[in-house]
Amino acid sequence: MMGPAFYIAAAIAVIATVMVITRYNIMHALLYLVVSLLAVAVVLYLYGAPFIAALEVIVYAGAIMVLLIFFVMMLNLGKESAMQEQRWLKPRIWIFPSLLCLVLLGELVFLISQNHQPPSEIKVVDPKAVGMALFGPYMAAVELTGILLMAGIVGAYHLGRQKEKTLHRFLEN
Amino acid sequence: MTNFWWIIGGVLFALLNTAAGLIWVERRMLALWQDRYGPNRAGPFGLLVVLADTLKLFFKEDWIPPFADKIVFVFAPAVVMLSVLMSFVVMPFGPHIIVADLNIGLLFFLAMSSLGVYSVVLGGWASNNKYALLGAMRGASQMISYEVFMGLALMGVVVLSGSFNLREIVEAQRTIWFIVPQFLGFLIFLVAGVAETHRLPFDIPEAESELVAGFHSEYSGMKFGMFFIGEYLGITLISGMLVTLYFGGWLGPAFLPPVIWFAIKTFCFILLFILFRASMPRPRYDQLMEYGWKVLFPLSILNLLVTAAIKLWLNT
Repeated sequence: MMGPAFYIAAAIAVIATVMVITRYNIMHALLYLVVSLLAVAVVLYLYGAPFIAALEVIVYAGAIMVLLIFFVMMLNLGKESAMQEQRWLKPRIWIFPSLLCLVLLGELVFLISQNHQPPSEIKVVDPKAVGMALFGPYMAAVELTGILLMAGIVGAYHLGRQKEKTLHRFLEN
Repeated sequence: MTNFWWIIGGVLFALLNTAAGLIWVERRMLALWQDRYGPNRAGPFGLLVVLADTLKLFFKEDWIPPFADKIVFVFAPAVVMLSVLMSFVVMPFGPHIIVADLNIGLLFFLAMSSLGVYSVVLGGWASNNKYALLGAMRGASQMISYEVFMGLALMGVVVLSGSFNLREIVEAQRTIWFIVPQFLGFLIFLVAGVAETHRLPFDIPEAESELVAGFHSEYSGMKFGMFFIGEYLGITLISGMLVTLYFGGWLGPAFLPPVIWFAIKTFCFILLFILFRASMPRPRYDQLMEYGWKVLFPLSILNLLVTAAIKLWLNT
């Protein structure tokens, strides 16, 4: 039961990711990215990490991607941008990224062929264990991430702040 | 195994019938609270109005605007149904009536409700219509913001019960329903739930007096029907969640079976949702956002902090 489910989810993730790269319409690309994230969530669930799987859906698929789609929606990119994308993505463009990917693939194949590790025991990690790990040995990392986010918020606030300006003939301040 | 399929079938049957029946219930109750009759001609008490409405939806021309993004346009209404129906998977309707007893039940519910945003956003975007786009923008920002407080408000319940599992959360309420220690959390969740299902008074994504019909302006026929039924299912879902998390779920005196207790409590909340619609005006969009981030957000964090502190204090 586990094997086929894993391969189906993994195949969907790979196909969806390829579609993300090759679509000309940015909205469709983003939707494929959502599908890819959901497939990864299924894979994580199958590997006994239900908590991370749920967070993947809530944070990535449910919040970050919605924000991205939200911005793209406001940019109102129509057919023209898809045409432009089509002009930019010539076959010649693909050569260098493909080479890099081939090197990575070679490395991966080599590593897999080197040591035949037996698949590690699948163990369900419950939310409590994740919490204990995060606020135990990895406390510093969590705090640092928090500071990073804080910096982002402060920066966004600073950029977004503007002087109150009333555009009216009689009301100027 | 057969039992399992019976549960899935029973849950689906009950939910879809509830959603359809709510068409009639809502119109009759609104009429009652506004001092008029409502639909009372077709069949006993006007009950057949459900049938008439459904027939009308099925036979309307299912029109896709030529300027719309066809695939996404068709796909969007399915998302709302799918995400809401999937959320019911983790809901305990009775001691043993639960489709999937997931360890992360509450998170699963939050994940599905965050996926529900896509129906509004994609529906509005694919329609390629200014009103629809405005509705989608409002919907997206409203639902993303209110999801935050919803999640934070629920964490109070998680702290008290020590579990994300909805069955265990219900079991933990045997001594006292969580409405008592988590009253603030309950209020925040209620408000966030109304915003999440974009029901009146928070129905600004589809505010018909400003935006025609908001994100589903271009939808007709059964595609509109999906949004319509999805909204009723959403009400049922939030009501069921309120009951499960704060009102003891299926717990109740033994003279009625647990499922009946669950149904009665859920129905009371559905009526509350309809009463909101009958009695409250719609706030302005910026008021809604400000109210969320400046009032509900600090309150929900405070609620979580105090709950956790008291829990720690009692444990030591």
